[in-house]
Amino acid sequence: MKVFEKIFKFNGGIQAKTKKNISTTSPIKQFGLPSKIILPLRQHIGKLAKLKVSVGDHVLKGQLIAEADGNVSAAIHAPTSGKVLSIEKQLIPHPSGLPDFCVEIEPDGKDKWVQIKPTNWKKIDLEKVNKLLLSSGIVGLGGAAFPTHLKLNHGKAENSLKTLIINAAECEPYITCDDMLMREKTNELILGIKLVHEILGVEESVIGIEDNKTVAINLLTKAIENEKNIFLKIVPTIYPSGDAKRLIYLLKGIKIPKSQRSSDYGIQMFNVATIIAIYRFLEFGEPSISRIVTITGNLRSPRNYEVLLGTPLKEIIDAAGGQVIKNNTFIMGGPMMGFKLPSINVPVTKAMNCIISSEPDMVEEKKPVLPCIRCARCAEACPVQLQPQELFWFSKSKQLEKAEEYNLFDCIECGCCSYVCPSNIPLVQYYRFAKSEIIEERQEQEQANIARERNEFRILRLEREKQERAERNALRREQSSNEDKTKLIEEKRKAIADALKRIEAGGEEQ
Amino acid sequence: MLTSILIVIFLAALIGIILGISSIKFKVEGDPIIDKIDSILPQTQCGQCGFPGCKPYATAIANGAADINQCPPGGDEGIHKLADLLGVEYKPLNAEHGEPKPKSVAVIDEKTCIGCTLCIQACPVDAILGSAKHMHTIIEKECTGCELCLPPCPVDCIDMTPIEENAENWKWKYPVYKIDKSSERRVS
Repeated sequence: MKVFEKIFKFNGGIQAKTKKNISTTSPIKQFGLPSKIILPLRQHIGKLAKLKVSVGDHVLKGQLIAEADGNVSAAIHAPTSGKVLSIEKQLIPHPSGLPDFCVEIEPDGKDKWVQIKPTNWKKIDLEKVNKLLLSSGIVGLGGAAFPTHLKLNHGKAENSLKTLIINAAECEPYITCDDMLMREKTNELILGIKLVHEILGVEESVIGIEDNKTVAINLLTKAIENEKNIFLKIVPTIYPSGDAKRLIYLLKGIKIPKSQRSSDYGIQMFNVATIIAIYRFLEFGEPSISRIVTITGNLRSPRNYEVLLGTPLKEIIDAAGGQVIKNNTFIMGGPMMGFKLPSINVPVTKAMNCIISSEPDMVEEKKPVLPCIRCARCAEACPVQLQPQELFWFSKSKQLEKAEEYNLFDCIECGCCSYVCPSNIPLVQYYRFAKSEIIEERQEQEQANIARERNEFRILRLEREKQERAERNALRREQSSNEDKTKLIEEKRKAIADALKRIEAGGEEQ
Repeated sequence: MLTSILIVIFLAALIGIILGISSIKFKVEGDPIIDKIDSILPQTQCGQCGFPGCKPYATAIANGAADINQCPPGGDEGIHKLADLLGVEYKPLNAEHGEPKPKSVAVIDEKTCIGCTLCIQACPVDAILGSAKHMHTIIEKECTGCELCLPPCPVDCIDMTPIEENAENWKWKYPVYKIDKSSERRVS
């Protein structure tokens, strides 16, 4: 371990109360089998997974329920054995509060595994590992749910990756699932890091961890004592140090420019839970069927649970003793970037890292929103060095082009600006609104372009058909000479005359 | 005196040649203003403006034969954009050409369809699939919601269904919050 390597400090950020000790006093608990499993088909970024089962089917634990549709998608597996009860729209943990397609499974209690086999990842090339991972259903478990196999695309083939960064910062207040995972599965994590290290063919692996996780730091330091290429770097507890680009800067001093990826700079980053998921899949063949969720905040016994995906959240909240002060408000994710759940009747998904039962001061909107006084404290706090006050102005007045010009899309929605705003303006909500509008406009433009193309092609086609018909007719006219024409006319006249004769003859008979 | 005249003549000739070459080399195909107008129009090709498609309407606007407020699918936003582009005053949508409606797609009731192909011929973007005496269906992704397939259908089996909001096309809403403090007390 190199001690002299320095930590670079990024601009802005905030130091909020971490409130992590609420959920770190007791170890991770296995939640066990819930009464029902509701698996949303949308648990990841990208296309909806393609269904592979139908109602009434009996599925085994780990069996494929839906496969990835294309490359930017992720598969979904049955978390336990049981019967497929229904496939219909149900409420999912999504800020919209709208229902989406879910597969409901009634567990049979046997929890019987489908046959799984470990992969010989040491012997196959990266491309094949990639294909396997596409079928594993593993997505980034830090909360973004980006399909993991896509991140391995820039591996050995180009031989460009040098550094693997393990994101163990977990900078948002309240969330402790990664911390507890590192404490309890230290060895598995190190094995996982070694595995991913080898697959990617990188030179070094760096674990970036915030200095408030002392227990995990001690355990990890001991575990990597004899590792030559794995380093632990302790970063100060400043939110949002866990943001990918911020952490890369903290650890390596490299600023990744807009529209470029860390892999262009030889760096790839994974969350600790994702590393363990990859390890468990490649070493034992276990697909992504469970995760650790921090259940914290205003609850009787907050703690971390290892739960099967699709477990109804309500059952977990009940197991945690329910709310101390009833307000029925729950936040998914951290208090900074999370969103209010539409209802507690939603299932656990791959993206669900933390559920906070709102504390009284989080619910009541005590502080009225005041006008912006242009104090620019948001600009000081912005870790991306944007001009939040300008972005706010443009988003509020719907000058979307202007907002884009001021790099709205570089905003990581970390919420530091809203946190420091003395006027209590919900700045991030404005940015999210503006981003949504711009994205929709772009999509509409794209659709319009396709419609224009199709319309133009149709006009062209009709024109061509008309021309071809005219040509054909002209050709026919040319081919049939005058002689033929008179002959044809005579033939027709004769036929008419014959017919008339027949009619006359018929009339006489009558 | 003579040299200065010669220099001027030489310069004039040189610039003339450069201009001549560049006018051939950098010739702009088509009328750029028509394309610019066309790119603002929503490309539904519905003909509500009174022209047989978006491009003809764009051409008519460019030639001054049509006003900028004849496109209901483009809505108010479209008119604002056209007004900005052409440097003219904004006008509210001309109600003669119809009202803006929520975005919809056509859906064929496949049990009723007799396979007459009339809708296929009417569709401006070739978004209907089928052949004579066989059931037709609409390629939802390509449908612009122009409603041109509705009148020719002899059995009235095409319906317009508005696109519903779902988790995929959902957008973050404009922030709304209470300013009145007294109303907040009632929440609890």
